[in-house]
Amino acid sequence: MSPASSISWAGLAASLILVLVALAVSWRGGLGLEASIVWSSARAAVQLLVTGWALVLVLRPNASIAWSWLWVVAMIGVAGLTVRARAREVPAILPLSILATSAVAAVSLGVIFGFHIFPVEARTIIPLAGMMIGNSMTAVVVAARRVVGELGDKRMEVEARLALGQSWKEASRPYLREAMRTAMIPQIESTKAVGLVFLPGAMTGLILAGVSPVHAVQVQLAIMYLILGSVATSVLVIGLGLTRRLFTPDSRLVRLERVAA
Amino acid sequence: MSLTAPGGATILDHVTASVPASGITVLAGPSGAGKTTLLRLCNRLEVPTSGRVLFHGEDVARLDPLQHRRRVGMVFQRPTLFPGTVRDNLAVADPSADDDRLGQVLEQAALDASFLERVGDDLSGGEAQRACIARTLLTRPEVLLMDEPTAALDPDARESIERLGRALADGGLALLWVSHDLDQVRRVADRTIVLIEGRIATSTEADAFLRAPSASEPTDHAEESSG
Repeated sequence: MSPASSISWAGLAASLILVLVALAVSWRGGLGLEASIVWSSARAAVQLLVTGWALVLVLRPNASIAWSWLWVVAMIGVAGLTVRARAREVPAILPLSILATSAVAAVSLGVIFGFHIFPVEARTIIPLAGMMIGNSMTAVVVAARRVVGELGDKRMEVEARLALGQSWKEASRPYLREAMRTAMIPQIESTKAVGLVFLPGAMTGLILAGVSPVHAVQVQLAIMYLILGSVATSVLVIGLGLTRRLFTPDSRLVRLERVAA
Repeated sequence: MSLTAPGGATILDHVTASVPASGITVLAGPSGAGKTTLLRLCNRLEVPTSGRVLFHGEDVARLDPLQHRRRVGMVFQRPTLFPGTVRDNLAVADPSADDDRLGQVLEQAALDASFLERVGDDLSGGEAQRACIARTLLTRPEVLLMDEPTAALDPDARESIERLGRALADGGLALLWVSHDLDQVRRVADRTIVLIEGRIATSTEADAFLRAPSASEPTDHAEESSG
């Protein structure tokens, strides 16, 4: 059997049948999601096709590896803008999320390439950085919103702690801890369930491309552990950075916007 | 001193007042007059937009804020206990305090040592507020700021907090007590400062304040404002 590393345009078109199924479900059930389904499917196609063509240029054998690093920088910027769009009530979220995802890129890519887990090549830098930054981005949104939510909802408790002479670090610790737990638990849970419930993307892709399942599992495990570390790094950086930003130098809690449900 | 909210509204407008280093000074006035804000300025949970807050003649802005907050303790309107037992709560104020010291502050707050292992959620409003006062006393404050400490309590609990306030003042602690209840002002005040719409209306010894024909104004006004 030949590896399923590529499908034809006709095959891609056939996969649209499942989009039609989603449309039918929405229409029959009166869900009113038809426009969203069409828009998201079309948007995904355009984004991925543009990305694919751009990757063709960057992954050319004679292309400079600098383009790959530039790609990583662009990913960090786009991740920052995405986080800002999803957590508008959080003060200084753009620079803080850029700081958090930059830390993720530095730590995770540092480990990956420093320990020679993967070779330093364009075809490894971009997808690995994408996975680390993408997963961290979701955790950054959750952590940032929870930090603001916890400190806003428990403002009376926080001020009671400050009034007892606790520093901003001490007074915010229980609430920061709760926000960090909330942001990290989904990734820990999905790490636990991997292989039992779902087969993750990288492993699925490698198996489809004809790589032996054992080798695919090795790669996937390394990636899962790196994602877990990346999520932890991003949550720590956003949590500490944001908490610092929410207190004045003389340990007063700034006024916070209410977090939308 | 003055304080303007971020939106531009004036909360305190050229307020000048002094609080003696002993007895109970009641800060009276209708809701929204700026009483709580004035109290928070004393604890440096707020800073003035202009002017200064002085403590023993020193500008509070020049003092270490954390040490200052321990010298000028604050009790909030709603009893704000942290999750856990009363012991856990007291540990926030002083993690190194031994059982003797914990028993001492509980006794000062009219609670006994059996409360140490009680969970905050199981206490009545009055007990919770007394536990909050004990927690604040653990920092050995020179001044106790009381922000309408009985507003969320029933009459019995209110009475016990007022008795406790008097006992603490008689023990040498200076209290600055926010209230919009004229009867309470009459019961607890040694001295009264009346704040209306962010300005000092009167600042007198309690007897003089209560004898004045306009003494009923703050309460009447408060009822209108809070109703």
